[in-house]
Amino acid sequence: MSRVAFPANWWARAGWTLLLLYVAYAASQLELTPARFAAGLEHGGKFIARLFPPDFHRWELLLKGMVESLQIAVVASALGVLISAPLALLAARNLMPVWASWPARAVMVLCRSFHPVIVAILFVKAVGFGALAGILALIIASVGFLGKLLTEAIEEISLKQVEAVRATGAPFLSVVTYAVVPQVFARFIGFASYETDANLRNSTMVGIVGAGGIGGTLFAAFQRFDYDFVCAIVLTIIVLIMVGEVLTVRIKKVFRV
Amino acid sequence: MSAALEREWRRFTPVERLGRFTVYFGVVAAIVASLQTVEVIPEFLYDAPEQIGDMLVRMWPIAWGHYPEGVHQALLESLHIATLGTVLAVLMAVPVAFLAARNVTRSAGLNYAAKLVLVSARSVNTLIWALLFVAVFGPGALAGTLAIAFHSIGFTGKLLGEALEESNRGSIEALEASGAPWLSIALKGYWPQVRPAFWGIVLFRWDINVRESAVLGLVGAGGVGMALDTALNLFQWDRAALILVSVLAVVVVAEIATTQLRKRIL
Amino acid sequence: MLRGIDLEFGARGITAVIGPSGTGKSTLIRCINRLVEPSSGEILLDGVDLARLPRAELRLARRRIGMVFQEYNLVERLSVMENLLCGRLGYVSPLQAWLRRYPAKDIARAFELLDTVGLAAHAQSRADSLSGGQRQRVGIARAMMQEPQLLLADEPTSSLDPKTSVEIMGLMQSLSRTHGFPVIINIHNVELARRFADRVVGMTGGQVVFDGPPATLTDDHLQSIYGGEGWLE
Repeated sequence: MSRVAFPANWWARAGWTLLLLYVAYAASQLELTPARFAAGLEHGGKFIARLFPPDFHRWELLLKGMVESLQIAVVASALGVLISAPLALLAARNLMPVWASWPARAVMVLCRSFHPVIVAILFVKAVGFGALAGILALIIASVGFLGKLLTEAIEEISLKQVEAVRATGAPFLSVVTYAVVPQVFARFIGFASYETDANLRNSTMVGIVGAGGIGGTLFAAFQRFDYDFVCAIVLTIIVLIMVGEVLTVRIKKVFRV
Repeated sequence: MSAALEREWRRFTPVERLGRFTVYFGVVAAIVASLQTVEVIPEFLYDAPEQIGDMLVRMWPIAWGHYPEGVHQALLESLHIATLGTVLAVLMAVPVAFLAARNVTRSAGLNYAAKLVLVSARSVNTLIWALLFVAVFGPGALAGTLAIAFHSIGFTGKLLGEALEESNRGSIEALEASGAPWLSIALKGYWPQVRPAFWGIVLFRWDINVRESAVLGLVGAGGVGMALDTALNLFQWDRAALILVSVLAVVVVAEIATTQLRKRIL
Repeated sequence: MLRGIDLEFGARGITAVIGPSGTGKSTLIRCINRLVEPSSGEILLDGVDLARLPRAELRLARRRIGMVFQEYNLVERLSVMENLLCGRLGYVSPLQAWLRRYPAKDIARAFELLDTVGLAAHAQSRADSLSGGQRQRVGIARAMMQEPQLLLADEPTSSLDPKTSVEIMGLMQSLSRTHGFPVIINIHNVELARRFADRVVGMTGGQVVFDGPPATLTDDHLQSIYGGEGWLE
């Protein structure tokens, strides 16, 4: 009697084959030939040589740009959190009627659909160059992502607790405070800190389109072929974001997330 | 009768309260400091509604006719960049994730080095990576694909490393006890456990990369962003609107697709 | 935590190690295949000192030592068949393992073992769809796939109900007798130890305080091993 030890998983095999075929197809479409790659590597070697050593002598300009990015990130995160919390509550289908949840969800989807840089371009047109455009753009992005994550968290809570608090005759906001918030608070802090990190990252690049922050300094340096300065800026960005991540981990520990 | 001891209801110990207070204070201080010092020019703010109105008027009617020759090819290119970039990122991220996971790689030095690589990769925005790669490889899709790949390693590697660290120790121990070589343990012990999380991470990253790839063209790294850049520079707001709407459509479809796929996997 | 252990195990038979929790029974078992590193001493298997082996050779030595765990330690998402073949991972290259190209005799042996433990119908089922007793049988079969010179069992029945525990102990006993390898079981159920073991080692406080056939295990001995009065009644 012959028994099969490992039945073939045809779906998986088909999937992998398709993926491989697609990769080959797409690579050819994009003209990713080994020749181009090799030429680029040689060029890349020279480029990296021009990056080092990093040039910090323009540190005042660097600092100014970083501080502005930081400001953009902080304000956008704060306002983003303030706006997305009630919006997410409105969008929760297990707590809210359809006429409230659908528009709220639509708003969040819209906020999320455009890349922060594109939103920044639009705001630069609307309110001019500078940090304001960056702040507004990042608020939109925060509301979109934080709102979605928060709504999903709210929709996963146990309704039994909500029911219990409602049964005591508590007004709606108290129900929210005692039954909803405790269940989502830990995840909320996690999402909010993730979003703050994301805003910090994004604030370093919205400047490329004129919305303030170190991105503008970086872009200008690039166009001047001032690659030593570019390297200094990139290194500083990396350090800033690392510090930001460490801080958020610490803060999460304080709140026992 | 002895007096009952007065017991107060306290949620947090004094140390915890100090910690929480410091955080609240710090956050508020940062916000206030930022609000005060950020430069906002009031005239621009008042001007905003008019500017937005002007922009919207110029965007309408949307230049639908321009789509076939101006936008379609570029949109496909962006999709290819996003997908290839994600594939490349995943390939590079898997070994780094194994190195970063404390329970898999026991050397603290290697863990730290791997985590450093991951943090650095994700600290540099895709757009900034794109600038760097355009300088190295010239403008075009190659720069864009590499930019997506190198930025995505940061998140993919981090999330994958965390999934590895959460995996159940027991089955790994059994394989170690039977004398299996390390690679086989990774294949038969860790991989089956992290597989659902892995696909979730890949899909999530691909979804984000579809968004990212659309703007890379603004710095010359290929895709529909280049068409957008041209349209904006020439103040062709109706074409810009067309591009934005097309990107929106693609992003929405991608998000629906990934949500459905994730439901099937998880 | 283990102090002054000097034990010799024969080439046959089941040895049950009993004692209160935390006394080091599990540590003793796990020192043998160095899942726990001993701080000093020798572990001789067929003349080879396992305690001194470098990592690479330890891995090779472990291939001949099978182990059964309290929590079964199967790879939940893989099928029963794949779990069984995990026992051969020490003998095939990772590439073969990935491509699932195991030698035909391994596969034949796997099917035989499945028949022996009564799980032939579940060969393709996912490990987490089985009951506790079934999973432990897969765990035992996996250890058997290694063609072990020695079988270690770390509380193999602690997660099982009484009836299944007896079945599992019986299975290990019959396999041990048929294939002729010794079994060392860490167990806290004294009745099971008495019923199935050829030799009982009692530990308390990290030391061996009893060593002999189950027939000579009296209540007084149990008292000195476990302490306390009431539980014996």
